Amino acid sequence: MKYLLLIYHNPGTRQIWASMTDEQQGEGLAVYAALNADLAASEELIVAEALADAELTKQVTVRDDTTMTSDGPFAEAKEQLAGMYLVDCASEERAIEIAAMIPDATFGRIDVHPVMTYSGLEM
Amino acid sequence: VTSSSQPGIDETLRELAPQALAALIRRYGDFDACEDAVQEALVAAAAQWPAEGMPGNPRGWLIAVATRRWIELHRNETARKRREETAAHSSGPATPEDDELALFLLCCHPALSPVSQVALTLRAVGGLSTAEIARAFLVPESTMGQRISRAKQAIRSSGAEFRMPPPPELGDRVAAVEHVLYLVFNEGYTATSGPALVRTDLTREAIHLTRQLHALMPDDTEVAGLLALMLLTDAPRAARTRADGSLVPLAEQDRRLWDGEAIAEGVRLVTGALRRVPLGPYQLQAAIAAVHDEARRAEDTDWRQILGLYQLLEKVAPGPIVTLNRIVAAAMVHGPRAGLEQLASVATEPALAGHHRTYAVRAHLLEMAGDRDEAAAEYRSAARRTRSIPEQRYLESRADQLEAPS
Repeated sequence: MKYLLLIYHNPGTRQIWASMTDEQQGEGLAVYAALNADLAASEELIVAEALADAELTKQVTVRDDTTMTSDGPFAEAKEQLAGMYLVDCASEERAIEIAAMIPDATFGRIDVHPVMTYSGLEM
Repeated sequence: VTSSSQPGIDETLRELAPQALAALIRRYGDFDACEDAVQEALVAAAAQWPAEGMPGNPRGWLIAVATRRWIELHRNETARKRREETAAHSSGPATPEDDELALFLLCCHPALSPVSQVALTLRAVGGLSTAEIARAFLVPESTMGQRISRAKQAIRSSGAEFRMPPPPELGDRVAAVEHVLYLVFNEGYTATSGPALVRTDLTREAIHLTRQLHALMPDDTEVAGLLALMLLTDAPRAARTRADGSLVPLAEQDRRLWDGEAIAEGVRLVTGALRRVPLGPYQLQAAIAAVHDEARRAEDTDWRQILGLYQLLEKVAPGPIVTLNRIVAAAMVHGPRAGLEQLASVATEPALAGHHRTYAVRAHLLEMAGDRDEAAAEYRSAARRTRSIPEQRYLESRADQLEAPS
């Protein structure tokens, strides 16, 4: 079953990251690399991406065939989407276990979303 | 194999792929490089044959081209040495049938995870390309490529050999192959109502491979049961979805659209398999499908027999979906109130509590009992909990019908 794990940061988490030394940040990134390698080896990882700063986010709407974009930062959004994992794993319990292994779970928040499928009824 | 316009070429390539691979492994020993070489020969054939016509001896052509590729892949001394070592292992008397079965067993080796077994079987025995397998399972091609190379690594490091396992192990090893083919079929079967994505027809592929396995082991009743189950489950395909992709429940299907030939073959297979014990889960599921498929009208369905078969199945292979299906059958025999009572007694079990199918079954039984409002609410609860878009549409449409003023 596929699950989308969304990583959310808040102003506090961004401060923690900014206050780290280069060495500490390097160690942090190594944790992600190890997690990604483990999830690839267990054949559960489909894709993992980190997102650029929310300042670079564009919001897009189409109304009456007109495309409108607005630039960040979106001050009202205290929580910002910082990254995502798309995994294919055996159960919801396992998806939650993976979410808990993402370092951001200890200082930000991970939302676990089951992904809809186009599958019909099973035999 | 990328689809070629000329009819017959794809089928020929699919049939010859495992034969050519078995011949190469027997000659050179190393599964990994032999498999790569055969893949490249298949790609070359798919490109050349439609334009130049099929060669007189297609099998010999494939083996010759794959052999050339293998030699190109092995231009160094260590590989040649390994070839000599492994060639000693794999010599010995064997029929082409044994070779093909050994190939199935190797691809479904217990050292591999189920997803790897599926990927490797489709590639090495089914002759599908990595891109086709990736498309069929909706994962990026690079992900599928990694799965396949990891699977080959696992085979190498486990020391698994290309030969028949000793008889005491054979049963478990064949069961693993059956499970892999079942997974492939189910993936294709549940995806038939998907959006117009280009998806390799996994249902057809699974039936083809199971037919091949059945030809190799005609006396294995579970293999026969599995093939029957696939044929009987696939037979209503044309009646199962509307033009807009929405699902049609069994009771409302136009049975004239069912594939009578597939039903006849499935019934024949399962009838033969049921004469012999022990009865396995595939045989029992096939028998249930046969009872459904043999009813000319939904109201002619022999629910008493289906209930008996589900009771047996629940003993042989218990599971939450089997329990729910058994309860539906019980409701058809003893009435919806009896079904609702049975459902209430199991609905708090962890595997069933909160499961969307539990809500869907309760909705169905309430509808049978005439409790329209409650049934509609249960259909909505089921719709919120399912992860399947076509099923969600179906459940919501049931609720809409019940809420519409009659």
